[in-house]
Amino acid sequence: MSTTVVTASGVEHRDAPPASVYGPWAWVRNNLFGTWWSTAITLALGWLLVTALFDFVSWGLLNAVWSVPSGPTGPDTALCRAAHGMGACWAVLPEKYRFILFGRFPYAEQWRPAICVGLFILLFAISAMRRFWRKELILVWVVILTAIGVLMWGGVLGMTYVPQDVWGGLPITLILATFGLAFAFPLSILVALGRRSTKLPAVRVLCVLYVELIRGVPLISLLFMASVMFPLFLPEGFNIDKLLRAQVAIILFAGAYLAEVVRGGLQALPRGQYEAADALGLNYFQKTTQIILPQALRLVIPPLVSTFIGFFKDTSLVLIIGIFDLLTAGKIAVSEPAWQGFATEVYLTLAAIYFCFCYAMSRYSRGLEAEFNRTRRA
Amino acid sequence: MSHTAAYPQPGIGEPAIIMDKVNKWYGKHHVLRDVSLTIGQGERVVVCGPSGSGKSTLIRCVNRLEQHQEGRIIVDGTELSDDLRALDEIRRDVGMVFQSFNLFPHLTILENCTLAPIWVHKMRKAAAEELAMSLLTRVKIPEQAHKFPGQLSGGQQQRVAIARALCMRPKIMLFDEPTSALDPEMIKEVLDVMIELAESGMTMVCVTHEMGFARQVANRVVFMDAGEIVEQGTPREMFEHPQTDRLKLFLSQILRGH
Repeated sequence: MSTTVVTASGVEHRDAPPASVYGPWAWVRNNLFGTWWSTAITLALGWLLVTALFDFVSWGLLNAVWSVPSGPTGPDTALCRAAHGMGACWAVLPEKYRFILFGRFPYAEQWRPAICVGLFILLFAISAMRRFWRKELILVWVVILTAIGVLMWGGVLGMTYVPQDVWGGLPITLILATFGLAFAFPLSILVALGRRSTKLPAVRVLCVLYVELIRGVPLISLLFMASVMFPLFLPEGFNIDKLLRAQVAIILFAGAYLAEVVRGGLQALPRGQYEAADALGLNYFQKTTQIILPQALRLVIPPLVSTFIGFFKDTSLVLIIGIFDLLTAGKIAVSEPAWQGFATEVYLTLAAIYFCFCYAMSRYSRGLEAEFNRTRRA
Repeated sequence: MSHTAAYPQPGIGEPAIIMDKVNKWYGKHHVLRDVSLTIGQGERVVVCGPSGSGKSTLIRCVNRLEQHQEGRIIVDGTELSDDLRALDEIRRDVGMVFQSFNLFPHLTILENCTLAPIWVHKMRKAAAEELAMSLLTRVKIPEQAHKFPGQLSGGQQQRVAIARALCMRPKIMLFDEPTSALDPEMIKEVLDVMIELAESGMTMVCVTHEMGFARQVANRVVFMDAGEIVEQGTPREMFEHPQTDRLKLFLSQILRGH
């Protein structure tokens, strides 16, 4: 720093632009207090931010009720009612968290869905690591998903049988989201490729029809159709489980949206890549799996993950057909007379759970993008 | 055309490519008009002409990146048709180098080179890598093997593209303006590789404006304008005694820049 380097033409080498335009102070001066107008807005927004934060801290921490004594007929929530409006009643959580997370799953058996949630998170973590991106990963998926099925249903290994109707809470959300995206993603790739097919016009028309029909209706109406109308078309006594029907509706819906995202990536690839693959004598399958998809999917990581995140949250719409997912469980938890009026606390907690999963996806996609970009140009 | 003499010349081998009255249209635009051209094995043909004259379309018809609509094209004894197996066979024997390199950016240089041998020729990975390294050495960039295309200069990328095509052990190499997208200081390194390739006896069809290259290695120069072959001959005949006004005009235009 102290030694002055001078180039051949006599111009002094400096490490950084002058302090008036570079560094944190210059940034604050230029962006927050550049003009009188900007200074006024900075101060006003700063004040709003501080008061909001102060209010939240006093509601959520200082005046909050953390536990309530248990009365003769269940918990005595008088303490909470007294603090209502001034302090949060976090006492609802220790009382109700098992119901919110696992729904009506038999209380004594709730270690099973708890392990399932852990297995799901393990599965996501393994799949996220690039060094595990091998053929064996499919085997890992099959094994873990089978284990989850065994744990949830039971009936073997000394575990009691638990019918699907009483499953609920976080495992349901994770099942709907994981199976939904695990099937919708490959489906969407096939549909996107089919929609671009020039040699098979019938396939193209089918793909276009599928995408446009599904995108033209709201997910809610699809779920209704799956839960109410679909059974009417089935022969008497033949019934496909409600959860499965909702799952199929979600897969079909997500597939159509993802297909359009994937198609965007296919279209963004320069024609030269197709031509180079053709000229080397690669066939359609080799060209698609080795050249086209690896590049097209990298291009669409941001919108792809956006769609993933959207569908993770959209699984909560199964609420309207009476499937007991995380959001439904929370809603029912606060419908109990003792806890009525403390929905805010529960919903904030649910939001935090959703946020953890969604933010993890979002961070992961940013990391993945950065990694691919590093190897692309550098 | 009166100046399209009968080729191939004596002493050059069996025909590698035969084009017989090839026609092609883009919509109503007639891009190739009755093009007949026979290229012998081991021959080095340079195709030149003003932009839009159909020269790129002509060589892209040879491996069916473009489909001709009338006439016949026979490559190495196999006729181009809707028969996909015949097409696969032809593409395996015909290497192509593009103006914009078209390397696969998500694969390393080595993987770019080994991909087709492994998938198309079902070569073992180790053998394919050995082959790729020998060809990367031939184009003088073995040390870049584990980098990605984006990390290389244009000249280096084009040399990789040549090595990648050679990894398929082609009998014929097509070059579609291989130096047009390069900075001037990188043109020579690519031309040197092409000259070395020509000296090794490879059948080459090359669309280029590099008249120095044509003079040095071409057996024959084909001049195209408005979708037809206007004149062809040895580089000396063509450059020193052009017969048609169109060729004279073209030569005066491209030589002005040099």
